[in-house]
Amino acid sequence: MEASERRVLSVIVINEASVLSRITDLFSGRGYNIESLTVAPIPDSKYSRLTIATSGSVRVIEQITKQLHKLIPIYKVIEHADLVEKEMALIKFPITESLSDIDALCGAYNGRIVNVGENVIIAMVADEPCRVGHFLESIKRFNPKEIVRSGAVALER
Amino acid sequence: MEINGSRMIIEALIAEGVTKVFGYPGGAIMNVYDEIYKQDGFEHILARHEQAAIHAAEGFSKVTGEVGVAMITSGPGFTNAVTGLADAYMDSIPLVVISGQVPMSLIGTDAFQEIDAVGISRSCTKHNYLVTDAKDLPRVLKEAFYIARSGRPGPVHIDVPKDVSAQIAEFDYSLPIELETYKPNTRGNARQIKKAMDAIAGSSRPLLYLGGGIMNANATEEARELAKTMGIPAVETFMARGTMGHENPLLISMLGMHGSYAANMAMSETDLVIALGARFDDRVTGKLSEFAKNAGVIHVDIDPASISKLVNANYPIVGDVKSVMEEMIILAKDKIDSERYAPWLETVAHFDELHPLSYKDDSDRLKPQWCIERLGELLGDDANISTDVGQHQMWAAQFYPFRRARQFISSGGLGTMGFGFPAAMGVKAADPERVSVNITGDGSILMNIQELMTCVENKLPVINLILNNNYLGMVRQWQTLFYDKRHSSTPLEMQPDFKMLAESFGGIGYVVETKEEFDAAIKDAVEKNVVAMIDVKTHRLENVMPMVPAGGSLFNMMLESKD
Ligand SMILES: Cc1cc2nc3c(=O)[nH]c(=O)nc-3n(C[C@H](O)[C@H](O)[C@H](O)COP(=O)(O)OP(=O)(O)OC[C@H]3O[C@@H](n4cnc5c(N)ncnc54)[C@H](O)[C@@H]3O)c2cc1C
Ligand SMILES: Cc1ncc(C[n+]2csc(CCOP(=O)(O)OP(=O)(O)O)c2C)c(N)n1
Repeated sequence: MEASERRVLSVIVINEASVLSRITDLFSGRGYNIESLTVAPIPDSKYSRLTIATSGSVRVIEQITKQLHKLIPIYKVIEHADLVEKEMALIKFPITESLSDIDALCGAYNGRIVNVGENVIIAMVADEPCRVGHFLESIKRFNPKEIVRSGAVALER
Repeated sequence: MEINGSRMIIEALIAEGVTKVFGYPGGAIMNVYDEIYKQDGFEHILARHEQAAIHAAEGFSKVTGEVGVAMITSGPGFTNAVTGLADAYMDSIPLVVISGQVPMSLIGTDAFQEIDAVGISRSCTKHNYLVTDAKDLPRVLKEAFYIARSGRPGPVHIDVPKDVSAQIAEFDYSLPIELETYKPNTRGNARQIKKAMDAIAGSSRPLLYLGGGIMNANATEEARELAKTMGIPAVETFMARGTMGHENPLLISMLGMHGSYAANMAMSETDLVIALGARFDDRVTGKLSEFAKNAGVIHVDIDPASISKLVNANYPIVGDVKSVMEEMIILAKDKIDSERYAPWLETVAHFDELHPLSYKDDSDRLKPQWCIERLGELLGDDANISTDVGQHQMWAAQFYPFRRARQFISSGGLGTMGFGFPAAMGVKAADPERVSVNITGDGSILMNIQELMTCVENKLPVINLILNNNYLGMVRQWQTLFYDKRHSSTPLEMQPDFKMLAESFGGIGYVVETKEEFDAAIKDAVEKNVVAMIDVKTHRLENVMPMVPAGGSLFNMMLESKD
């Protein structure tokens, strides 16, 4: 087996109803892996930008790029080599946990406490996906009730 | 002008030069059929099953090179057509298929005959559309034809809700196509072509590996000239049969699972594979790690995704194989010394002498291979040959003397039993001057038998040549060879009387057991000019040989047929 590596692709597509399902169908139909997928319209254009984090051998990644490009409403596929990559996470903690400890930890990962309610604290961080992963490991001791990750977004340097 | 959506479909088909449409009506597509009734710009041929309508459109397209068109209703009409779409997708056949859909207001409510048609067709079409407003129809129709026939051809599906086909909007078909996200590359990179030619000049055992892309590109003449200019031997894929022409001294034969010994050995011994519009299918390569092991690879293909998908290309060239070969021919004239490969040609000739494609004839019972060879002698270039799927299909590819482009029409990629008869019907509709034969098996023919009616009604005299072995022969062969002769569900002991069956529809039938009867039946069927079923009782346990067992290496062929 050829070695598998993680890759982030940016895919520029025309905004139309079925374009997202074309892409996800392609991944599932051909047995490609999606680690995360984010999508949002590009301001002042008829395009949207998807960021797909995936993994596979060099040959598989090349096929993914080519097969994506073959889809008619896809304008551009950028396979990032040198990129800035960020991901956001929101975490809900019980109100009984230490506010200041959580706040300090979030600070180290470009985050902060964003909401304190009657029963819960909500915090956010925004950092490289692997660092977000580390952060989520380190907050286990604060008994997080719920975690949501956004998936990666990326820009070429 | 302002017209309704249905009329737009008619106008667009006429503007595209469509002469024949194959289809089957139903509730959701009735508006369109009403407009079909009112026009005389094209002929509508009523198939007797939606799958057959699509295969007929495929046959029509394969022979003419034009976009085939089919029309179906929503729900079961559409789902019946899916096999045809998938077949066209696998074999790169340009089609535009228009289906009716429930009205927009009912979409998503599990309405009567509602199915998510574009959801289903997405993975088996080149592109598809759900049209939600009639004002989009002119653009969608025009794009559909363009997408179907350009680049790597393929089927395009348009789903039209019933209220959209009734909706009135502006129709202007002269507007240019603006598809900024779809621009297929047709000119190969000149520097890359030059490098490839240098590689050929430096090789000593180069081999042309010709694929169906050459048919798509209408480039058989260029392929013949390129081979001749360079003095390099060629193997053809199943989809490329007819490219070089049967008697061409540079043609080795078909390669692959049922390719000839010489073709497969040449592929195993070559030092440079020159792939032209071929896609390294697993039926061709066998075990990938052993495939053309010591060879460099030049790969010309219009679809970048075909290149380096399975076999790494040292010289990838994205472009139309016709224009690339034209450039190669010019360069070959001063770069290539065609004498250089004479020893290699001798080696190849030696392979062929060692184990030529052959079979043992039998005086008691007809051999299927003899039937194909004889058919070739009787009809030769005057016939278009379609096939179903199975042993008969492989024998047709091995033993019919193909000499023309687009003469051989068969389901290669999907291997769809039931393809042959309706395809041959579409072929006859497209090319009425030539005899249209469907070489079939006693299993396959029953998968679209209802088309006897379409042929009689529309005077499409297809000749069905049934090589009747009372088995699902190809599966029986695998059971014989790999499942210790456990013939599970493959004996076809129960059969209709094919002669009477044909006659009951108004066609003509023959039962053939001897060589004399074979000749007589073919001659009579050609003369009678009505749909025919020739039921040829053949040897039951004949195997297709040579054979590379699935996943085996090309050079490890079974050569002998043992029962
Ligand atoms: C029972 C059975 C057994 C089979 N056994 C064999 C066998 O022994 N040997 C064999 O060869 N096949 C066999 N097949 C058929 C096989 O499954 C494939 O269909 C076939 O090998 C594919 O042929 P191809 O590579 O020529 O590709 P095609 O499917 O014809 O694809 C054409 C290629 O050309 C490209 N192309 C299209 N247009 C152009 C253009 N204008 N310019 C450049 N490129 C273009 C396309 O992108 C594509 O990559 C068998 C099928 C069945 C059902
Ligand atoms: C729709 C479909 N179902 C099943 C198969 C699997 N299959 C491939 S060949 C074959 C046997 C075909 O038998 P027949 O048409 O009698 O031809 P023969 O092999 O005997 O020449 C079968 C069942 C297929 N290719 N297509």
